[in-house]
Amino acid sequence: MSIALLLTVGGLTTTGLYLITARSLSRIILGFSLLGHAAVLSLLIAGGSPRAAPIAGTAEQMSNPVPQALALTAIVISFGLTLFLLALAGRQQTLSGDDLVEDDLEDGRIANAQSSEEDL
Amino acid sequence: MSTLVATTVIAPLLCAAGGLAVRGNTPARDGITIVGLLTAAASAVALLVDVANNGSRVVRVGDWSPELGIVLVADLFATLVLPVALIIIVVVEIFAIGQRRTAWGANPELAGPLLCVLTAGVSLAFLTGDLFTLFVAFEMILVSSYVLLTHQGQRDQIRSGMTYVVMNLLASTLFLFGLALIYAATGTVNIALASERIAELPDGVRLGIGAWFLVVFGTKAALFPLFSWLPDSYPTAPTTITAVFAGLLTKVGVYAMIRFHNLAGMDELGPIMLLLAAATMIVGAVGALAQRDVKRILSFHIVSQIGYMLMGLGLFTEVGTTAAILFLVHHMPVKTVLFLVGGLIENEQGTSTLAYTGGLATKRPLIAAFFSIPALSLAGLPPFSGFVAKFAVIRAGIAEASSIPVMVAVVAAVGAGALTLLSMTKIWLGVFWGEQDPTPTEPGRIQAAGNRRAMVVATGLAVLGTVAISFSAGTLFDLSQRAAAELNAPRTYIEMVGS
Repeated sequence: MSIALLLTVGGLTTTGLYLITARSLSRIILGFSLLGHAAVLSLLIAGGSPRAAPIAGTAEQMSNPVPQALALTAIVISFGLTLFLLALAGRQQTLSGDDLVEDDLEDGRIANAQSSEEDL
Repeated sequence: MSTLVATTVIAPLLCAAGGLAVRGNTPARDGITIVGLLTAAASAVALLVDVANNGSRVVRVGDWSPELGIVLVADLFATLVLPVALIIIVVVEIFAIGQRRTAWGANPELAGPLLCVLTAGVSLAFLTGDLFTLFVAFEMILVSSYVLLTHQGQRDQIRSGMTYVVMNLLASTLFLFGLALIYAATGTVNIALASERIAELPDGVRLGIGAWFLVVFGTKAALFPLFSWLPDSYPTAPTTITAVFAGLLTKVGVYAMIRFHNLAGMDELGPIMLLLAAATMIVGAVGALAQRDVKRILSFHIVSQIGYMLMGLGLFTEVGTTAAILFLVHHMPVKTVLFLVGGLIENEQGTSTLAYTGGLATKRPLIAAFFSIPALSLAGLPPFSGFVAKFAVIRAGIAEASSIPVMVAVVAAVGAGALTLLSMTKIWLGVFWGEQDPTPTEPGRIQAAGNRRAMVVATGLAVLGTVAISFSAGTLFDLSQRAAAELNAPRTYIEMVGS
């Protein structure tokens, strides 16, 4: 297992999680892209030490193909979801002029009702 | 018989493709959708009969070894939950066809095919024998739910859709990390093989994996404190879509938890699960009391009810698992019916906000009857199915009531039951008694009527279904008990899949 790969996964995860905590959906999308890469890399690490391409030679000479197949599926799914999030951000942009994630309105209404009752 | 296993997944997928190919607003698409869903539901029922009599079926897709390939396992737990879920979807689709012409109807060009994809995902999630296919099934369910939730593009849908998508996407990413963790530790993602090897791992790694997947499945299942996305997003979607989500989506998370944590033998996580279950029950029920909209009250109750299932699982006894499975089977139809009734209320009165509704008991006594049966069942009053399920959970808890977490969970279960009755009374007072406020002051209030007959018939069928569940509670309890026994004896499952 290579230290460089581990550090990369750590770095990508940290940056990704930081970006996800933002209010702006475009930053969240970037965060998820980074997190997706980190997850795929950790799948590759789980496959063990690197060897020849999975199609060449005998089983002993090949790297483990299973995590690579899993990683490929995960990449396709996260690609599609990134596009969906972009469409969502675009729609929010046309509706409100920005791409910020808003609060739950009903929650706010209930909280306000509570405080106005206390005022009476 | 093994074709039946595949049919439940493939039939809805084919019909999704067929439904998308049909252009315009034609009955042909409705036909294709209904045929696909009915085929899947009929296969699921046949599969239940077969598995209950002849034992579990294992299908190796492409005949690969379980180390490498996809395995579908139709054991009693999967085949008990599957027909309930699929029949619910059929009923909701009938309701959706009736509701189409109202302002609350979903766009039929998308809703039918996407519902089919969601159905295929639900079938796959129940039947799969490996964790990666479970991940793919979750994604099938979630991607179609993202689109169903936001496809009308209204402002509050986009707003709540963002929270929903971001929370669930985070859980999916954590799922991927978890898969890497399991693969690195055991060298397989097959549930049977992995749970065999997990038992041999050092305690730290083993419980780490268990806790990681508790967070992953817990987010999907809306456990405390990971539930915040649910009551915000569900009420904004069209009723039919909320009804499917409420009945199925969180339950798939609970199902995955019951299967994985039982087979992998995560007994040490029991106390944590019980405390989380207690918090989930109480926070959900108290949250519901503060709401002033029928759909939001019901959404908070989804959270509260998830707590009961987790409590059954967290006991890690055969009685506890039996109770959790029975609760799962009772809860799915009851919750769906309540949301369908919410849709009928909305259709009659133009809104589902309690302040603006009223007097429906005299105007539409049938709707009042439709509401009262599942509502009493949800609160856990005899003779309805909710009583049997809640009684089973609490009895399982009392049988183990030696430790503090168990006692906390039992007290919370009784308390949450009382609070549920209170908020059902609140809906009853607001919607069915009194007079309707005639001034349409609330923004977004629309007067519209769809094909009321189809909607009422679908709701009536679903109510009959919940009543049927309470009458067949004995059979269901026996089946749940057998399913729980299978889950608590992982050796049989491991040998069946691995050989």
